[in-house]
Amino acid sequence: MTDVLVCIKRVPDTSGQVLLTDDEQSVDARFVGFTVSNHEHAAVELAIRMADATGGTVTLLSVGPADAVEQLRSTLALGCQAAVLVEAEPTGLGPADVAAEIAAVVQDKAFDLVLLGNDAADSGDFQVPVRLAYALDRPIVVGASSVEIADGRLKSFVDGPEGEETYDLPLPAVVSVLEGGVEPRYPSLKGRMAAKKVEIETRTPTREPVGANRVRLTLPPAEPNEVEVLGEGPGTAPAVVDLFERLAVL
Amino acid sequence: MIVTLVELENGSVSEISLETLAFARSLAAEGGGIAIRAVVVGDVDAPDAVAAELGAHGVSEVLQATGDAFSAYGGAAWAAALQAARESTKSVVVTAAGSPRGMEVLAHLAARLDVPFAANVVSFSGLAPFVVTRQVVGGAAQEEMKLDRRPAVLTVAGHSWTAAAVGGDAATWTTFSPEVAEADLVARVVATGTKDSDDSDSLKSARVVVGAGRGAGGPEGFAAVGELAELLHGSLGVSRVVTSLGWRPHHEQVGQTGSRISPELYVPCGISGAIQHWAGCSSSKVIVAINTDAEAPMMTKATYAVVGDMHEVVPAIVEEIRGRKG
Amino acid sequence: MATVPSKAQVVVIGAGIVGNSLVHHLARLGWNDIVQLDMGPLPNPGGSTGHASNFIFLTDHSREITDLTLDSVEQYQEMGVFTKSGGFEIARTEERMEELRRRMSSAKAFGIEAEIVDPAFVKEKVPFIETDQFIGAFWQPEVGVVDSLRAGTIMRERAMETGALTVVPNVEVTDLDVEDGRITRVHTTDGSIEAGTVVIACGVWSPKIGDMAGISIPLTPAVHQMISVGPCPQLAETEGEITFPIVRDMDTFCYERQHGADMEVGSYAHRAILHEPEDIPTIEQAKLSPTEMPFTDEDFDPQLEQALELMPELLGADGAEMRYAINGLLSLTCDGQPILGESLVKGLWTAAAVWIKEGPGVGRAVAEQMTQGYSEIDIHHCDIARFYPHQMRREHTRLRTTESFIKTYGIVHPAEQYESDRDQRLSPMHDSEQKFGAVFFEAVGWERPQWYESNSDLLEVYGDAVMPREHEWDSRWWSPIINAEHLRMREAAGVVDLTAFCLFDIEGPEGSGSALASVQQTCVAQCDVAVGKVIYTPVLDAKGGFVSDLTVMRLGEDHFRVVTGGAHGQSDKKWFADRLVEGATLTELTDEVSTIGLWGPQAREILASLSSDDLSHEGFGLLTCREITVDGISVLASRISYVGELGWELYVSFADAAALWEKLLDAGQPHGARPVGIGVYATTGRIEKSYRAFGYELDAERTIVEASMQRPKVKAADFVGKADYLKQREADPQAVLCTLAVDDHTSASGVKRYMLGGEPILTRDGGTLTDGHGHHPHVTTAGSAPSLGKHLLLAFLPPAEASVGNELAVSYMEELYPVTVVSADATPAFDPDNLRMR
Repeated sequence: MTDVLVCIKRVPDTSGQVLLTDDEQSVDARFVGFTVSNHEHAAVELAIRMADATGGTVTLLSVGPADAVEQLRSTLALGCQAAVLVEAEPTGLGPADVAAEIAAVVQDKAFDLVLLGNDAADSGDFQVPVRLAYALDRPIVVGASSVEIADGRLKSFVDGPEGEETYDLPLPAVVSVLEGGVEPRYPSLKGRMAAKKVEIETRTPTREPVGANRVRLTLPPAEPNEVEVLGEGPGTAPAVVDLFERLAVL
Repeated sequence: MIVTLVELENGSVSEISLETLAFARSLAAEGGGIAIRAVVVGDVDAPDAVAAELGAHGVSEVLQATGDAFSAYGGAAWAAALQAARESTKSVVVTAAGSPRGMEVLAHLAARLDVPFAANVVSFSGLAPFVVTRQVVGGAAQEEMKLDRRPAVLTVAGHSWTAAAVGGDAATWTTFSPEVAEADLVARVVATGTKDSDDSDSLKSARVVVGAGRGAGGPEGFAAVGELAELLHGSLGVSRVVTSLGWRPHHEQVGQTGSRISPELYVPCGISGAIQHWAGCSSSKVIVAINTDAEAPMMTKATYAVVGDMHEVVPAIVEEIRGRKG
Repeated sequence: MATVPSKAQVVVIGAGIVGNSLVHHLARLGWNDIVQLDMGPLPNPGGSTGHASNFIFLTDHSREITDLTLDSVEQYQEMGVFTKSGGFEIARTEERMEELRRRMSSAKAFGIEAEIVDPAFVKEKVPFIETDQFIGAFWQPEVGVVDSLRAGTIMRERAMETGALTVVPNVEVTDLDVEDGRITRVHTTDGSIEAGTVVIACGVWSPKIGDMAGISIPLTPAVHQMISVGPCPQLAETEGEITFPIVRDMDTFCYERQHGADMEVGSYAHRAILHEPEDIPTIEQAKLSPTEMPFTDEDFDPQLEQALELMPELLGADGAEMRYAINGLLSLTCDGQPILGESLVKGLWTAAAVWIKEGPGVGRAVAEQMTQGYSEIDIHHCDIARFYPHQMRREHTRLRTTESFIKTYGIVHPAEQYESDRDQRLSPMHDSEQKFGAVFFEAVGWERPQWYESNSDLLEVYGDAVMPREHEWDSRWWSPIINAEHLRMREAAGVVDLTAFCLFDIEGPEGSGSALASVQQTCVAQCDVAVGKVIYTPVLDAKGGFVSDLTVMRLGEDHFRVVTGGAHGQSDKKWFADRLVEGATLTELTDEVSTIGLWGPQAREILASLSSDDLSHEGFGLLTCREITVDGISVLASRISYVGELGWELYVSFADAAALWEKLLDAGQPHGARPVGIGVYATTGRIEKSYRAFGYELDAERTIVEASMQRPKVKAADFVGKADYLKQREADPQAVLCTLAVDDHTSASGVKRYMLGGEPILTRDGGTLTDGHGHHPHVTTAGSAPSLGKHLLLAFLPPAEASVGNELAVSYMEELYPVTVVSADATPAFDPDNLRMR
């Protein structure tokens, strides 16, 4: 039985053009709303599969604003059992602060396995999972596409530069997950209704944040999307097949 | 002093590491010509060639970490090596490529040193205070970030700098064998192999998808696209209108309410690319769109476009592939 | 890339269902240089059409909307984009069942195939529905779904094939030029177009574009939540888009509509979520499309539970996931009607706030109006000219739509009043009326007393003659006091506040004749009359249909005053303003001149007690007007009546109106006069006299002849619609407006029921009647006739049925009640010889 903690972050959905708030400290989500990153969706999917396979549970944790309850609920709907919110103003938090808050919850609740996304979709820090591992004094696998638990050990797989790399380590451990290894599920109606009934535990931060060292956000000049027109009509076929060869799909 | 973690690829320095050195040179020049040292971890097949290449890119000395601890990759172990090199060189800046390994190792290093870490830096503005600009929101926005502790730890975003040989002498080569704690060796690669592809759901995981929309004209209009999909070892996906009209079964639908695909290559034929469909295929790496309407959204969002009737263009492509295969 | 041409005959802004339909019909009607713009790409530029659920239920309580829907379905069918699925509206409560029976009335009235069925019938067609969740359903087999994007493409292509249309997508309108009150130019991100005619048909963005020309298009973008659940195994194996009928779960304000392997669940149950047109994201900023806003889960959660209860096996199936969920934007207006027609800027037209089900019909109707000045289907309720200034405020639209959103699937009583944004227009008598316990109904912002609670003492006086109603629905928004007031007016006198009248003067330079020429060519009746005459006249459109009926007073050689109802006063004003002869001017007086009606057998005595002017029948004849002094107040008195009694309409300045009101009531008191509400003026007094009302009996699809309002002679002068009117006089009418009396009100349960309007008229045994237009007769006005002790109905009957004494039936809540024709022309049911007017 594996009880997994998965950390998720309320982030602006960035499938549209990114806009900034007037204070240049955050992404303005008014047209797109908030979501959870694909890495974290993959982490949740892996956790649910592990929990289902072992009769365990999945607990969600978010460190963020009160509104992050929205993301906790919609993720609970996928088939998770519990959720914790450490309520804190997100612009004041740096990666070390988030790692410290997660660590406090993990220590308090004694989770053997913590999954996180590889990097946050908004702040792109690439470090919270590692800092968490150090805070907990646990080993970490970074960028895993899948995980397995067998005989109290964790097998984790990473798409490395030379092929699929296998890690094999004892629990307790921390894993950061990269999207692509599993197809995350969508919520079902029953899941959504079950999620409504879950009481979300709210906590306050355990320490004063050190902050994110952010001066401000800016927007880079937009790069025009240049379509290359290969040509008109069936005579284009050789050029298309040349391209297929270059892409090594033939 | 700047120390840069350099990754090797097939025995030579990776392109993104060379780009990182271009950033490091710019930073070194701003600092009044301070030296750049490179750290490589583990075995190196041809040290002379690497020393020459790194020297040409402005590195004065290469520090090679050797020992059993580096026989396989492990983020903590590599960070331990980099940490030792940083200490011995008294470097105030540690850089690495914005590659998965660069990110991982520097995250470890920053955690070990309890200093901030800036990922995906594209530029800097001034040294005191040292403010870097880095990519956030997947590159859609940038953050100006203050790195007020030393060493400053950062990775350089790929493609943000151009690798350029500046013609220096070969770097001097020094090996060192840092001590690596047992705990730093717990998480390391134990095996490397090829990945089994997941065939459970061929459309979602397909490497190539050939798509067809209303332009197919009717249930009989899918023969050529099906053939092309087969030749490309791919799957057939269709737009919602095709399933709504009953031309193809529902499970072949790509889109918001169907399968969301992320193939290496997507070839939408006769699909206008309405938002509903785009939401399901926008993660495709390369899109080659075939459509009579050059202004259809799919044609303007694609990587490549062929203007023409799918019923003429697709058979011609099929014939061309057969011809080349002989 | 198509580029923006520098000139066009007409520019259509928007390529959603409405814009596409418009360009098609304009081309069909002969427009040959049409430019269509949209800021998005084709075929789905990202407006509301792109995310519509695309199903069409046919029956609406509004005949206008039903006709537009039926016409649209025909057009969709002709294009081959309509798939019939059938549709259920299910009832979870008995109250809803009653509403479904009322829908049956509308369906029968408008000729739509429909049936009330039991849950087992529904289960047979929708096997995954839980029958214990509801008690009955309204079944419409002709309900279906359409591919509105495909329809748009087909319509654009048809227009392009004629060479008449240039379509330019991905171009945004940046400004509109107006010169001398006319539209002249459209500016875009890709250049400017000179055009004398422009149509704003860009849905939720229309107000923003309207602002560029200084016109108000009062609609608000509002959220309709929709989720898609799938793939459902029960649906995955079916072929095509839809196999199972659509289910509208009326009491939870939700629908379930199959879309391929998925079930779409849409909701109108959530709080009203409104946006400003300026706050809609651009295509680039949007997550999906600009009108598919981020889904707000918590608003939808209660509906999920209800939907799951209704279809547990389907929506709860393994693998059925919520893959798509949006807060879709659509357009809502303050009165729920679309916004169509020419704006106050000449040549600038609108076609907005239109649903998929009406789109093609609206496109045709507006194109017809643009081309020939009238449309086959009357759309006056949708006229953009209908709005008064207070209705043009965004605040008004926001408040009203916030209130009405939840009524989208609601049970709305025909007389139901809005609660929000009231007290916008108060008559000078308002304070006094409040003291009388007035129950105010709103008419275009005016607060009008429907009846006065202070008159409740009359209930005892008249006893059962007030025709009390037992059933809550029949008596909702109604009071027997109305009938008591009516009886008192007929017995003594009543004083009525008519401030909501819309008044405007048409004047010309002395001796120019331009004022006369202006009214003469607009009105059917002879307007070249002596000064001091009052003219009651129909106003026709070019094909001889009613635009209005109103009164005109000749106040001077070159001075006419038009008095018309408040509801369509602004449309009438625009109609006259658009037809002024050179030199004539039009000045609105609505907010300066108040009107008080004084009618009843004691009216002359009462007025005479306050005035020394000659008020005798000989000295102040019927249909004349003149300035008189009433206890020191200067008043324009007009001897006319809409309630069939002796009396006057008294026009008085706002400053003096309250004083005049008090004087009339004081002077009337010894004669038994009372303040009397609009319930008497607009319904009971009128229906006893079989007087016709515009918007009920009269509209552009009806003729003077059918309404039996023709005079023996037609004036020599030309007027709009004359040619067709002359033809109508020669031909046999296709339908005849009749007055019917209900013979027995007793329902099966023994409760007496009273029709409220809209009910179908059938043969005594329930058989369908059809008039020469192919329409089925239905009640246009229903109301008490207390002086006759009858409940009267007005309806256009097939000519063969239009004979006094003919015995028919009215269907009310799916029960038949016997009725008899009491008048087959304009002869009043009460006082047929109009002796009381003298």
